[in-house]
Amino acid sequence: MKVELNINNATHAVEVEPRTSLLDCLRDKLLLTGAHAGCEHGVCGACTVLVDGAAVRSCLMFAVQADGYAITTIEGLAPGPGELSPLQDAFCETHGMQCGYCTPAMILAAHALLSKNAQPTREEIVDAISGNICRCTGYTQIVEAIALAAERMRGQNDPVRP
Amino acid sequence: MSVPGKFRFVSSDRRVREDRRFVVGKGNFAADIVPQGVKHVALVTCPHPAARIVSIDKSAALAMPGVLYVLDGPELAGATNMLASGLDTPNVPRYPLALNVARYAGEWVAAVVADNRALAEDAAEAVVIDYETLPFVLDADAAYAGGTLVHEAHGSNVLLDRTFTWGEVDKDFAASPHTFKHRVKWGRSSTVPIETFGVTASWDPWREILDIWASIQMPKYPDQTAMALKIPMSSVRVHYDVDVGGSYGVKRGIKHTILVGYLSKRLGVPVRLIEDRLENMRGGDMHGPERFFDVEVAFDGQGIIRSMKMRALDNVGAYAGRSPFQLGKPVGAIVGPYKIKSVQYQAIAVVTNKTVQEAVRAFGQSPTNYALERTVDEVANKLGLDRLEIRRRNMIRHDEFPYLIPSGSAYDSGDYHTVVDKVLAHAGYDELIAERERLRATGKLAGIGIAACLEPSGGNSSFEPLLNPKVGTTTWMDSCRISVDLVGSITATMHTTSAGQGHETMVGTVVGEVLEVDPDQVRVVRADSLNSLPSNSPVGSRMAIMLGGAAFHAAKKIKDKLVAIAAHDLGVPLERVAYKDGSVYDTTAPDRARSWAELVTMAHRHIHKLPAGMEPGLSVSHIMPVPMGGGLPTADGRVQMYPCYSFEFHLILVTIDPDLGKPEIKRYVLGHDCGTVINPKIVRGMTMGGIAHGIGAALYEEFAYNTDGLLVAQNFMDYLLPSAHEVPPVELVHHETPSPHTVFGQKGSGESGYLGAPAAVASAVNDAVRPLGIVINSLPIKVAQLGDMIAQALESNAREKQKGN
Amino acid sequence: MKPAAFEYSRPADIDEACALLAADDGARVIAGGQTLVPLMAMRLARPSRLIDIARIPGLSYVRDEGREIAVGATTKQHVIESDPVVRSKLPLLAKVMPFVGHTATRARGTVGGSIVNGDPAAEIVLVAVTLGATLVWREGGENAPIAASDFFLGPMVTALPLTACLAETRFPVWSDARIGVGFHEVNARQSDFAFVSAAAQVALDGDGRCTRAAIGIGAVTAVPFRLEGVAQSLQSQRFDEDKVREAVKAAVADIEPMADLHASAEYRKRVAVTMAARAIADAYQDASGRA
Repeated sequence: MKVELNINNATHAVEVEPRTSLLDCLRDKLLLTGAHAGCEHGVCGACTVLVDGAAVRSCLMFAVQADGYAITTIEGLAPGPGELSPLQDAFCETHGMQCGYCTPAMILAAHALLSKNAQPTREEIVDAISGNICRCTGYTQIVEAIALAAERMRGQNDPVRP
Repeated sequence: MSVPGKFRFVSSDRRVREDRRFVVGKGNFAADIVPQGVKHVALVTCPHPAARIVSIDKSAALAMPGVLYVLDGPELAGATNMLASGLDTPNVPRYPLALNVARYAGEWVAAVVADNRALAEDAAEAVVIDYETLPFVLDADAAYAGGTLVHEAHGSNVLLDRTFTWGEVDKDFAASPHTFKHRVKWGRSSTVPIETFGVTASWDPWREILDIWASIQMPKYPDQTAMALKIPMSSVRVHYDVDVGGSYGVKRGIKHTILVGYLSKRLGVPVRLIEDRLENMRGGDMHGPERFFDVEVAFDGQGIIRSMKMRALDNVGAYAGRSPFQLGKPVGAIVGPYKIKSVQYQAIAVVTNKTVQEAVRAFGQSPTNYALERTVDEVANKLGLDRLEIRRRNMIRHDEFPYLIPSGSAYDSGDYHTVVDKVLAHAGYDELIAERERLRATGKLAGIGIAACLEPSGGNSSFEPLLNPKVGTTTWMDSCRISVDLVGSITATMHTTSAGQGHETMVGTVVGEVLEVDPDQVRVVRADSLNSLPSNSPVGSRMAIMLGGAAFHAAKKIKDKLVAIAAHDLGVPLERVAYKDGSVYDTTAPDRARSWAELVTMAHRHIHKLPAGMEPGLSVSHIMPVPMGGGLPTADGRVQMYPCYSFEFHLILVTIDPDLGKPEIKRYVLGHDCGTVINPKIVRGMTMGGIAHGIGAALYEEFAYNTDGLLVAQNFMDYLLPSAHEVPPVELVHHETPSPHTVFGQKGSGESGYLGAPAAVASAVNDAVRPLGIVINSLPIKVAQLGDMIAQALESNAREKQKGN
Repeated sequence: MKPAAFEYSRPADIDEACALLAADDGARVIAGGQTLVPLMAMRLARPSRLIDIARIPGLSYVRDEGREIAVGATTKQHVIESDPVVRSKLPLLAKVMPFVGHTATRARGTVGGSIVNGDPAAEIVLVAVTLGATLVWREGGENAPIAASDFFLGPMVTALPLTACLAETRFPVWSDARIGVGFHEVNARQSDFAFVSAAAQVALDGDGRCTRAAIGIGAVTAVPFRLEGVAQSLQSQRFDEDKVREAVKAAVADIEPMADLHASAEYRKRVAVTMAARAIADAYQDASGRA
């Protein structure tokens, strides 16, 4: 089937089987490999993308269902080549990752949270990422990254460069 | 060695350079690498715990669209050598696909190759296999006793059964007024990375090279691949610039690699196998230890433990793999941080009809620590002693290092009592006890958990000759190559993959430290296996020590060469020049100096200015053996296992809702001493992650089997990974006791947290339920099971009370 | 873990969806897909055709109809979570929403999807049973209402005819002045399906005495069930924990709880009492707070 997808503000027409997940379509057809397959049954969250601004699991959505939505992947978050968004920068500042496999999804989940809630509590941060499993960090430095990004985005702190 | 402020870059809170590519989704993971024309594998797996494969009918599958090939066990076994096993067990052969008999549910029986993964899965369903089911055995005790044999030809289910006696165990037991014996169980769990194992192989018949991109973390990977595929190792090119999406020991897809390597050669196309989660959980062979420990200790009235007998019975699953060695590494810290004078250790590995085990974070040390710490708690309980006090009395004192333990390892350094004191002070131990009592008064169950343990680090091969005398490997090298190019840029090369440990950052920091240049100016790249120096991969908490050490020594060689060139050009003896910030000056006339640019130019272009006989250019290598290693075990099995010993002390508070049995960790304090910290962000992160793994192993994660021999926790709805909700904030208390054996005083920290968290959680839960008369000696401690135990205890206590009335 | 191949249709309206269902025995409706797609990925579900109703116009709504709130079948769970009408008129539904899956699954998952999946541990199902919601399905161009208590037949089994499509769920609104709600569930991890869940809604008079109560228990038996007798026993009563526990204990004495890898039947039965008692206690307290 042919489907037209709006991804990171660009339109892509792709030919997919109905059974192709949005995740596989992003990775295999559009070479947007920042979304990762972890469990492919909707539990680990590694495939998270934003659909109309909300974090969703791209393994639980078929590509043919995804037309007409504004889809944002991790590739759509950085402001320019070699530049990082404040949230991405905060993840670097606290080292909110290790292997990097769950990281794009974690950042998108956090992005969805911060776009609705500029001043989240620790509990709200924890809840917002509780559907994204990380096996490396124990979450501590991820939670710190999101809190730091929120603080900086509220203008209370300026990003520092190393 | 390490003095605060002594280092310029080492120990400073620098960013981790790898992070930049990950936060934008530009990691280079195995599944991201897609050679032109690659074909996809899906596996046909055995649905029975044991079955003879009577016939395989491929015809329907081969007739399906997009299907290239269906490979079976006999063809693959006929064309390849069996997979390497660490032990000398020739009658326990193992191939990637089952050969005539399948020995666990989920074992790979056939592999389908198709144009895409979905088509491969369609065809896998169409492969018709006729099985004749066989008797099976799941329990380690039953397997040890004999009866049903997993491998008939081997004659028993025992892969390894060796008893070591170090010191005068019988005498010490006879002389001790008290003994205590119990059995504790470590449940089958693993580190379960979020990235499954993936590998792509591409055979080029004209160049005769097999290119491999894999999410691999294992020593001797190219070697074993070449041997199994019967090709020269110089025909195997493993690309080490693949980012590994978590491993913690288990990413050892050698059987996957042999499978796709063979298929690529056979079919003449690149072939890849990216496990899906079901393949990963059932037949990815990444389960961790499943052990019974029978521990007996002899002690005096003061709680001084004089001797210990430990019998560890490990259920390694259906094949030998590498896992039996996980009974060997703990020999290097068998007494933990305690001065136990003599030890008898029986290490038993049995095969059963379960999924094969693989190396898991800490390589058997975490279960052993759990068994030891559970035992120390019970000794304290038996004597009515405080659990802290008994540890203090038994711990090795700061002034007793280096400390030789009965099994032959010398602990390098430590300051255990100070770390304990710092943790208690930080936590406010009296207040913690008061808090526990307050919680108990509100009707909750509450307990304090204590665990002290060691992290042997600097991973060496000593357990191999210890458990298999045919293996004479006495060191596991690691290496670094550094080149300064003709315009002065520095490139350091490492020779293995990483799975999130930040090795590029570490190498940059170390090289920057030695050469006194900004670490961010040091490019760090990875060789492939055809142009690499020896490495044994990031196992056994070794890279800070081994790769850090190799980078240090290589940088030192560069520095020495620059100094020699400068002295020669300045016309002064070597002793009269000094190196500073990349340039070299005459110490008697500091104005007379040669800058970095000048020295680099001389090395590369002005050979006439070099000392006679000096090799031009600025490229050096350093290959480093493991410190303190190199010796074979003695006849009675004493050997220096690893060189360095980090220490951790866990103090936690847990509450349990008695009606539900649900534990909640209210406070978690960890004292951690891994010597000099090279990068605080990395060390802290790994420690926090290790605690989360440990909490998972203690409370949530288990590869549970039903009585039919089927794995019932095979997806993420039944195998429960801790989420952010389940991992509490952890307060870290830092301490540094440098190691005398390493270049900066660093020790390992890749397994920290995981080593003691399961013991700490078990300690806390037991402290909480002890008033009810419950003892829990099995992990994981699952909510509903704990709830049932509490309810039964309350009921029987109530009955007793009634009787009493 | 790729689904078996299927055809995909996106009907323009619910009647077309029903016609597609009628035309193909293997067809299944998909809305949010948060339950169905994992089953398809593991090939435990193999629909020949997916009929995507997620964007059928007019199926996503929260409508205040006075004595009932009608929720359209494809209304997303995260919409319900923050809907002001639900918050004020259906406090029990609002209460359970944060426990439904995760943020990311609530962004796609629908109320109707949760209902027709009929998972005995699903929170929305429990609320529907507890409050006595009416489910309305569409079949052959007609709407057919059915009581929640008649709709759920077993784990993942409902009375929904094969050729019907759920159209809406009608949750009764209590007009009583002082309403309170309580919900408790226990699981290994906070966001998992519950081993045991309990929901309670009570109305109190000015004296703190119960004038009306609805209590339900989920995840314990094949379908969630109401504790009618317990609700009766609360009439005109202030909260008395011991009495409540006794009443619940008696009410669950004869149930046949499920057992699985995670929790035994004994656990479910025993903890049902605790969960129900806590939910009722919370409901009383919540109502008191709304005086």
